[in-house]
Amino acid sequence: MTDFIPNFWQQIEEPQAWLIFLFPLGAFLVNSLIIRPFFNQYSKLSGWITVVSLTASFVLSVYAVGSVAANDGRSIGWASHEWVEVANFKMTVGIMMNSLTALMLLVVTGVSLLVQIYSMGYMKGDSGYSRYFAYMSLFTASMVGLVMSSNIVQLFVFWELVGLCSFLLIGFWFHKPSAAAAAKKAFLVTRVGDFGFLLGILYLFSQGDSFTANNLNPLEIRDIEKAIGLGTVISSSVAGWIALGFFLGAMGKSGQFPLHTWLPDAMEGPTPVSSLIHAATMVAAGVFLVARFFPLFEASPVALDTVAIIGGVTVVFAASMGLVMNDIKRVLAYSTVSQLGYMMLAIGVGAPGVAIFHLFTHAFFKCLLFQGAGSVSHAVGGTFDMRYMGGLRRVMPWTYATFLIGSLSLAGIFPLAGFWSKDEILASAQGQAGFIPQAVFGLALIAVTMTAFYMFRVLFMTFEGDYKGGADADPDVESHAPSNTPHESAWSMLGPMVILALLAIFAGFVANPIVNLGAIPEHWLVHDFLHESAAKFNLGIAAISTFAAILGILLAYLMYVSKTISAQTVVSSVRPIHTVLSRKYYFDELYEDLLTTRVFYRGLAGALDWFDRCVVDGLVRVIDNFGRNIGRLIGQAQTGQVQSYGAVLSGGVLVILGVLLFLK
Amino acid sequence: MEFEGNGLLTLVVFLPLAGALGIALFIKRDKQVRYIAGAVALAELILSVMVFTTYDLSKGGLQLVDRTSQWIPIESFKVEYYLGVDGLSTPLVLLTGLLGFAAVYASWSIKTRVREYFVWLLVLQTAVMGVFTSLDFILFFLMWELEMIPMFFLISIWGSGRREYSAMKFLIFTFLGSAFMLVGILALFYSTGTFDMILLPDAIAQTELIAPAGIIFGLIFTAFAVKLPVWPVHTWLPDAHTDAPTAVSIMLAGVLLKMGGYGMIRVSAGMFPEVIVDAAIVLAALGVVNVIYGAIITIRQTDLKRLVAYSSISHMGYVLIGISSVAGVGGLVSPTGLTGAAMQMFTHGTITGLMFLVVGLTYEKVHTRSIPELGGLSARMPVIAVAFLIAGLASLGLPGTSGFVSEILIFLGAFPVYGWFTGVAVFGVVLTAGYILWMAQRTMFGPTIDRFSNVRDASRMEMVPLAVLIGSIILVGIYPSFVSDMFRDGVAGIVADIQRSGALAMVLP
Repeated sequence: MTDFIPNFWQQIEEPQAWLIFLFPLGAFLVNSLIIRPFFNQYSKLSGWITVVSLTASFVLSVYAVGSVAANDGRSIGWASHEWVEVANFKMTVGIMMNSLTALMLLVVTGVSLLVQIYSMGYMKGDSGYSRYFAYMSLFTASMVGLVMSSNIVQLFVFWELVGLCSFLLIGFWFHKPSAAAAAKKAFLVTRVGDFGFLLGILYLFSQGDSFTANNLNPLEIRDIEKAIGLGTVISSSVAGWIALGFFLGAMGKSGQFPLHTWLPDAMEGPTPVSSLIHAATMVAAGVFLVARFFPLFEASPVALDTVAIIGGVTVVFAASMGLVMNDIKRVLAYSTVSQLGYMMLAIGVGAPGVAIFHLFTHAFFKCLLFQGAGSVSHAVGGTFDMRYMGGLRRVMPWTYATFLIGSLSLAGIFPLAGFWSKDEILASAQGQAGFIPQAVFGLALIAVTMTAFYMFRVLFMTFEGDYKGGADADPDVESHAPSNTPHESAWSMLGPMVILALLAIFAGFVANPIVNLGAIPEHWLVHDFLHESAAKFNLGIAAISTFAAILGILLAYLMYVSKTISAQTVVSSVRPIHTVLSRKYYFDELYEDLLTTRVFYRGLAGALDWFDRCVVDGLVRVIDNFGRNIGRLIGQAQTGQVQSYGAVLSGGVLVILGVLLFLK
Repeated sequence: MEFEGNGLLTLVVFLPLAGALGIALFIKRDKQVRYIAGAVALAELILSVMVFTTYDLSKGGLQLVDRTSQWIPIESFKVEYYLGVDGLSTPLVLLTGLLGFAAVYASWSIKTRVREYFVWLLVLQTAVMGVFTSLDFILFFLMWELEMIPMFFLISIWGSGRREYSAMKFLIFTFLGSAFMLVGILALFYSTGTFDMILLPDAIAQTELIAPAGIIFGLIFTAFAVKLPVWPVHTWLPDAHTDAPTAVSIMLAGVLLKMGGYGMIRVSAGMFPEVIVDAAIVLAALGVVNVIYGAIITIRQTDLKRLVAYSSISHMGYVLIGISSVAGVGGLVSPTGLTGAAMQMFTHGTITGLMFLVVGLTYEKVHTRSIPELGGLSARMPVIAVAFLIAGLASLGLPGTSGFVSEILIFLGAFPVYGWFTGVAVFGVVLTAGYILWMAQRTMFGPTIDRFSNVRDASRMEMVPLAVLIGSIILVGIYPSFVSDMFRDGVAGIVADIQRSGALAMVLP
């Protein structure tokens, strides 16, 4: 029993749970159908509508977490409702309220609320203010709907809507060609993943008969778990194929290698959008999906190993690109990809609860770091290029302090939130026997140093040294605010950052302490709430990873503060590697120039287009000409001369007579 | 000659024709012509909604029958005037009403030969309504042929580009197809002695046909294949669309293509259960070709209308895949795929209707359809841009829009039957997203182009058909039951016939 839940606590009812979804949806409808078309001059209202409705959702989410906790982390069962029925396809909708749902709700509504408050300051004066809040509300509603779904098609619907909203928000400033391109890229790359997800759903549905034989519905998420539990409904290989299909979808959404290319470009949207996408919505959906269907993955060792390998590769691969980027948001974006890799590898080594724990802590510090980046960019006139920053520590003490906390937490320094969750991931991987878990443990450990290095490189380049002119000095910024001196941001932006900083410090050991912490039992979040018993705190690994992180920080300090090691010398000594990294391993060139443009557009599509015009339609013309020429040929006989008609006629009669005589 | 029935369907079918005659004979001034045509289209929309709401789903079957026995009083050649709707045709009547309305209102800016134009547009609507409601095969055929005449004139007079060529191409293709169909219809008549499309399925099953069923099936299917269109007889469509005026494109993509799909379900699947099961794998293969080949060529197009035309070819492939699910699995046929195919016709009608409407409006404002010349339009015409985006997202099957519902039904229905074919076709959703979003990026997004800085957004008048179509797309997307239940009821009989025919036992172990 969980002691910290008061006795008078009443369990949440289904209508209240629906309200968590309906509040942001209502905010979307009001903002898009009423405020924007009719009251755009009062667009400030839309910010308030969004914040108030999300506050209500957040309160109800806390209620939901409490209720599930009071229920010992077991799910609260509500039957699904029938929505559409076509033959043996019964589409049900409902809420699946278990510990995973509740925790995700808390993260999504909580982070989204803080992002909206921050946005009210950040987006002030933008001509699309109410459109922005309409999209943000829909984004949150879709993500809430996604995590609550009890039916897999319902989940897929919200999954796609999350993708739509990220498309709309990344392309929010659609007049910028780069934003329009990034939005399209995000949608398309994730859609490649969705193709796999959809195939997985179809394959699952085609197993319907063996589900119905056991009185189960293949599309009900609960029933899928039961079917796996029975062990006889679907075979391990079937489960594996379905799981791999789902994982392709998760790879797209969570930016896993090799479908990671959209995420770094996604920062073309307003910065608060990035902080929401990278922390709580969109990218979290992929990890959530794999955790949600963990029984399917567990049933197939191949699927699980795939998840571990892709996760492990992504961790190092993304972190390596983060080492060399000069755009502050790009570093953070690669950091997100890398951290999502940690979560995936945790699931891959059989610890989904630990992955969700890391998702939980990561949401706070990554959201904080993006908000810090936005705050910095506001201060320096609109650029995100760190080469034109520096020395901001003195003018922006709050931003600096919170950014430092976020960086320490991300680097995994004791006792901040990131330390605890990262340690559990490392311990879970190391504790698993076998080559793959050990290999990904090694990759994860290497990435710890890289993470600490790139994060403190950002911190030092931005806040230490001398100010280098900001947007005025950056040749890539076409239009920016009239030049001004750097200044601290408004409190509507700093407030959420301070709250997030507190969470980035405490969320780890309060929710999941290593010893009994008052009423909170040890490892409460992972053991008691998410029901994963294996994960344990491992002092040896903690020491090693802390050492690795401090090594990274030290290196960054030596290169960017004390300048003991010259960054230029390092770069020039590994010039080829540096080029490969800063060109992002040439993945954009591979996908966009080679595969999409040359092979697909000019090659395949060009050839088919030619084939269609010249061969298929050409054949039509040939037949057409044939008919016309035959007609002309016959037409030539119609000379209009009675004499020639008579001659032919007589000739014909003679021939017929001759034939008849001959036959006689 | 006795007339049975309440005359509602007769009114639905012939009101546009009456309006056309009235305009042709009595109305001189262009402005009056427009208003009368608008009133007729509105009345037709209301009537088609009435048909839709009057149809009693709980009873099912054939309803609203209008019939006179012995319409052509020749003893040995019993042609009847016989109209009626069932679950399959009722939503298509509604679709025709919706798009006919949108088409007339999209023609407001026609300036040349206004009177003739609206006369032909209304005649077209009568023909299409007639196809969906006729239950006598000869009447069906007459309506099928009638549709070609207004189309020919509408494209060749009010079209653009190589309009005469395109109109003639359309005519020859369709004519060739229907010539085959006529032979097929007569072969059926000489075998069974009836043109009654309701009695024919049983009659065919019970009598010995004068030619092998497969051949008669093939003859009739050819006409439908040209109309849908199925690869490789699709090349008339891009030309016809590109050169047709906006309203005609709306009608062409929105309802005329559906005559092909409707015929395939009603006649090819409904009357030849054994043949369709054998042919199912061919349909699935052709469907995949349509979907993927169509989508890949779509990506190459630089003319907005041609692009949407090729995308229609791709989307009609899904109809074929949905129909191919009648082969069943394990001797059982699920109506999901067939319902999905019918839903795809309805949803594609509204979505592509909206798409052509938006493209037409854009063309009217900026005077070009060439994508490389466009860009940044959404800043100047936000309403059109939003409608464009909604049409595009529905087209790529985004949940919450009707496009998703029909696609997922087709996939769920066909995947257990032809897993590999369906799996490849599912990749069509990625390609569709590619060309739709790329088109949006190049036309609507990006910096505003100077020469479009005076472009106006849609007028209030133009917003009416936009709103009607967007409303139907979202409504069916969120609550598809009120259309899908009807379609399911409509195809249930066909599925049962296939199940009963014993054809499945032959195909499956």
